Amino acid sequence: MSAYEISIVSIIGINVILAVSLNMISGFCGQISLGHGAFFGAGAYAAALAMVGTASVPLAIIAAALTGSLLGIVVGFASLRVRTDFLAVTTIGVNFLFVGFVRKQAWLGAEMGISGIPATGLGAAGNMTMILLFAAATIALSFYISRSWMGFAFRAVGEDEGAAATLGINSGAYKLAAFGIGTALAGLAGGLYTFFTQFITADAFDFIFSVMLMAMVVIGGIGSTWGVVVAAVGLTLLPEAIRFVNDYRLLVFGGLLVLVIRLAPGGLAALMQRAFLLTRRS
Amino acid sequence: MYYIDLAVTGISFGCMYAMMSVGLTLVYGLLRILHVAHAAVFALGAYVTVLVANATGSIALGFLAAVMVTPLFGMAIYRLLYEPLLKYRPDVPMIASVGLLVLMQDAFRIIFGEQGITFRRNAFAFTTFNFAGVTVSAVQIAIVVTAAAVFTGLHLFTTRTRIGIGWRATVSRPQIAASFGIDPIKVRYLNFAIGSALAAVAGGLVALLNNLVDPGIGFVVSYKALAIIVLGGLGSVRGTLIASLVLGLVEAYGTIFIGAWLDRDAIAFLALIVLLMIRPQGFTGVRTA
Repeated sequence: MSAYEISIVSIIGINVILAVSLNMISGFCGQISLGHGAFFGAGAYAAALAMVGTASVPLAIIAAALTGSLLGIVVGFASLRVRTDFLAVTTIGVNFLFVGFVRKQAWLGAEMGISGIPATGLGAAGNMTMILLFAAATIALSFYISRSWMGFAFRAVGEDEGAAATLGINSGAYKLAAFGIGTALAGLAGGLYTFFTQFITADAFDFIFSVMLMAMVVIGGIGSTWGVVVAAVGLTLLPEAIRFVNDYRLLVFGGLLVLVIRLAPGGLAALMQRAFLLTRRS
Repeated sequence: MYYIDLAVTGISFGCMYAMMSVGLTLVYGLLRILHVAHAAVFALGAYVTVLVANATGSIALGFLAAVMVTPLFGMAIYRLLYEPLLKYRPDVPMIASVGLLVLMQDAFRIIFGEQGITFRRNAFAFTTFNFAGVTVSAVQIAIVVTAAAVFTGLHLFTTRTRIGIGWRATVSRPQIAASFGIDPIKVRYLNFAIGSALAAVAGGLVALLNNLVDPGIGFVVSYKALAIIVLGGLGSVRGTLIASLVLGLVEAYGTIFIGAWLDRDAIAFLALIVLLMIRPQGFTGVRTA
C-alpha cells in the first residue's frame, strides 16, 4: 500500500470509531450530542501528553480513553438536567468551551498545538493495523451492546424516558453509561489520531467536526451500527474520490444532512431495509 | 477612560446581539424550535447589504434590500424545512437547522470567496468622534441608535396594532388566539419575516463595523445567540434584550480579566452551561427544558 492509501485507511478507521461511538450515545440512547469532537480532542491531548512524557503507547491509549470518558461522564450529568434540543445546545457549548480553553493553555501548546509527539514505533502500516483492530473491536462492541440488556434499556430511555422509568429502568444510570462508553471510545480515537499525525491543534476538534460526525450518524441511519459504519466509510472516502466534494465538503455534508432528515429520516439503514422488503415482496 | 471605551464596545456589541437574538427567541416562543440557521439569515443580510450598497453606491439602499430579501428566505426556511419536521422531537429540526447553516456558510464561501467582500465606500467605519477622551465610532452610534429605534418600533407594533396583538396572543395561548380568528400559520410567517429582517439589519451593521463580510460572519454569533436566548428565558423578548447587553459588557470586560485562560468567544458558552445546569428554565422562564 502507498503512504496515501495507508493514511486514508487510518482516517477511515478513526472516523468509524467516532461515528459508531456517537451512535451509541445519540442513536441507541437518544441523547443528541453535537460536541463529540471535544471528547475526541480530550483523548488526543491526553495521549499527546502521555507520549511526550513517557513514550509508552499502552499508557497513552489508556490515558486517552480515560480522559475522554471522564469528560464524557461530566457532560453526561448534563443529560440528567436537560433534554433533547437543550442537551444538544449544552454539548455545542462544551465543544466551544473545550476549543476556547485549550487554545489559551500554554501547557497544551496554546494556538500552536503540540508537535513533535514521539512515534509509536509501529510504523505507518503498523499504526493503521492497530487503528483497524480498534475499529473492528468498536463495531463488535456496538453490536454486542445493541443486543444486550443494556442496549434494550438504552433504546427504552431513548424512546420514552417516562415509560422506561415505569418499567423500573434507571434512566439516569443508563444515560451516564451511554456517555461513559461512547466518550471513552471517542477518547481512544483521539489517542489513535495522535499516533497517526504526531501533531495536534485544537482546531481539529472544533464544532464543525462534531457536526460532520453527526452527519455520518444521521445519514447512515441513527441507531443502526451497519448504516453508521457504511456512512462513515463512504463520507470519508467521498471527498478523496471526487474532487468537487473535497472543495465543497461542508456544502455536501450540510446538504446531505438536511436532505436526509427532511426526506429519509431513517437514513441509509431505513432505505436499505425498505429496498430489501420490496424485493422480497415482488 | 479605558474602562469607558470597553463599555462603549460592550454596549454596541450587546445591541447587535439583541437584534440577532430576538428573531431566535420569537421562533422558539412560537414553535419550540432552536432556529440555528438564523445565523445564515444574518449572514445573507450582511452580504445583500454590501452587494447592493456597492452596486448602487448607497448604504441605505443596501439595508433596504437586505430587509426585503431576508424575510423571504426566513419564511422559505420555515415552509420547506421546519414545517414538515414539527412532528418530530425538537432535536430533529435543530440538527437540520445546523446542517442548513453549515451548507449556507460553505455556499457563501464558494460564491463570494474565502476572503469575503468589503464596502467600496464606507464612510462610517473610519469616522470617529471624541467625547471627553472617549472614542466612539460612527458605526457604534449607528448600531445603538438603530437598535433603539427597532425595538421601540417592535414594542409599538406588538402593543398598538391588531396584527401585533394577535401575534402576542398566539405566542402565549395558541388555541385561544385561534378561536378568536387569528390564523396561527400567518403568525408563523410573520414571525419568521420580522425576525429575519431584524437579523439582516444586525448583519448589515456588523458588515459596516468590520467593513467586511466573510463566510464565517454568522458562525460564532449563531451559537452565542443560542446562549443569549437561554439566558434571557426562552421566548421572552425583554429577557433577551437584557441578556444581550449583559453578554456584550461581560465579553468586553472579560477580555482583560479572564482572556488569559479562556477565549472571548467561549465566555457565552460557559455562562450558558452554568445556567442550564442550575436553572434549566432560564432566569425568567418557567418551562423546563
